[in-house]
Amino acid sequence: MTASALQVQGMNRNFGALKVTRDVDLTLERGARRALIGPNGAGKTTLVNLITGVLRPSSGKVLLNGEDITALSQAQRARRGIARTFQINQLFRGLTVLENLSLAIGERDGHCNNLWRATGGRRIVIDEALDHLASLRLVDDALKLVRELPYGRQRLVEIAIALAQKPRVLLLDEPAAGVPSSESHLILDVVESLDPDIAVLIIEHDMDVVFRFARRITVLVAGAIFTEGTPHEIMANEQVRAVYLGQEGRRVGGGASHG
Amino acid sequence: MAVSETMNAPEASNGSPLSAHEGAPESARERAAQYVVSRHRFRPAEALPWLLAIAAYFIFPDRMTFGSQVAIMIMFALSLDLILGYAGIVTLGHAAFFGIGAYTVALMVVRFGWTEPISGLFAAAILTGIFGFVLGWFTLRYRGLTLIMLTLATAIMLQEAGNLRSDITGGYDGLPGLTFKPLFGIFNYDLYGHAYYLYAMAALAIVFVLVRRIVYSPFGQALTGIRENVRRMHAIGSPVHRRLVTVYTISAAIAGVAGALFTQTNAYVTLTVFDFDNSAKVMVMLILGGTGRLYGAFVGAVVYLILEDDLSKFSPTFWQFGIGLLLVLTVLFAPRGLLGLIENAAAYLSKRFKS
Repeated sequence: MTASALQVQGMNRNFGALKVTRDVDLTLERGARRALIGPNGAGKTTLVNLITGVLRPSSGKVLLNGEDITALSQAQRARRGIARTFQINQLFRGLTVLENLSLAIGERDGHCNNLWRATGGRRIVIDEALDHLASLRLVDDALKLVRELPYGRQRLVEIAIALAQKPRVLLLDEPAAGVPSSESHLILDVVESLDPDIAVLIIEHDMDVVFRFARRITVLVAGAIFTEGTPHEIMANEQVRAVYLGQEGRRVGGGASHG
Repeated sequence: MAVSETMNAPEASNGSPLSAHEGAPESARERAAQYVVSRHRFRPAEALPWLLAIAAYFIFPDRMTFGSQVAIMIMFALSLDLILGYAGIVTLGHAAFFGIGAYTVALMVVRFGWTEPISGLFAAAILTGIFGFVLGWFTLRYRGLTLIMLTLATAIMLQEAGNLRSDITGGYDGLPGLTFKPLFGIFNYDLYGHAYYLYAMAALAIVFVLVRRIVYSPFGQALTGIRENVRRMHAIGSPVHRRLVTVYTISAAIAGVAGALFTQTNAYVTLTVFDFDNSAKVMVMLILGGTGRLYGAFVGAVVYLILEDDLSKFSPTFWQFGIGLLLVLTVLFAPRGLLGLIENAAAYLSKRFKS
């Protein structure tokens, strides 16, 4: 049997007396397509931060392919195949789009330990970076500084960097947030055409996206797992409607934004 | 990186219209690739500072001592640019490394009678490198204000330690009258310092090639990543602390070599090399010239030292006012430094001539 791609076991995190994550157990199989939903302040981003190692848990474990990585730093986890995107862009704004990508590739493959050989001397890295940009239709912007791009296109760079890491587990924190609808479909296309071997967890408020993308949905409320199931089960769950979807009196699938 | 980026900026920024013209996405792609592939190559304009340095040797034969000081300060500013301009480490204690280098060669002469200058430079580089490594290991976990205070405190503590042991360091009276062996056993230290000018310039050229390689390497690219967004660097798996300690060690070693050259060309050293003034001065030079752009150190050091020299003749008490005014104007109106202004002007002119 193969081990799960990612397992979170008995995860707790307190900020002082405030319990932002309570007893969370979460398992992503290889190739999982999981949505993490829940009202604002439910602790979704905190959970991503705990999985990626930005935050240390008060108790609990994170396992990657069955291996305990709880003690590893964020960078070590990233090198082992956990990539994420940020809810608010975290980009190298003063560098070109191409450099944003080649940097991710360089750190992934260990080229960045090299102080002597010129970056431009590795054509293979440049070509791979351009391939990633091509898949997000960013080639024309390759030599622009990231800060010169409109927000929607910056959002694409955000995802391109994570993909360039060639992750085994990909955590997408509201990838389409702040993107005009004319461009959000591009992001969703990319998300849908991801390598089927990658385990993907997506935090998303747009229920259309969630139901289109996810094979399973985890509902997080007040830091704890409220329920988990297939999109149909979640849609049919009266309690979920009550605490989350129903809050605004909208029908499931009707594009409920956030609660 | 910086020079090429802005010099090629017009080409880069009108990339999309051009590719729209040709209608082939492959060409936009090829141009992007070509730009990166050729970015690190030497450009003809880069010969300019070295041609000027050689010209100065023939035009101002009586100012070679001043010329050596310029070379030394360029090297010092270059070492700061590596950490400040590229990696984004803000420090107000860079004189610590300059001072250690300066005292390394001085004490080698005084304590051990070792007067060969070139091996002195290597000794200074190794010693300051080790010091930079240890200091960086502990302090580079911090950023911003905390780091500024830690670097500042280090330089002050070294100076005070030197003052406590003035029996060794000579205190603020210094160690005067140091004599060094002739360079390569042939070229003697002459009154106008011709040999030492060439010596300092040669050392600068070697250091510059080194720094330039680093800046255009994947490691150098990672440094700019740390400067731009350290959170993302962690997320893409970069060992940030290791990268910072590495570049800090290299920067310290280079500053140490600059300090060693300072002692050798002046034939004396005092504890003032550790002065806060010295740390501040090199930063002002770099900001005047432009950070994160290699040649900013050249422009800044030359402008600063010439102003210092001439303004202080004109008005010994108020020359600092002139420097201060220039710094304020630069920061307000030319945030990319004087070199940035020059680049803008060049880009503007080339655009005018093209159209």
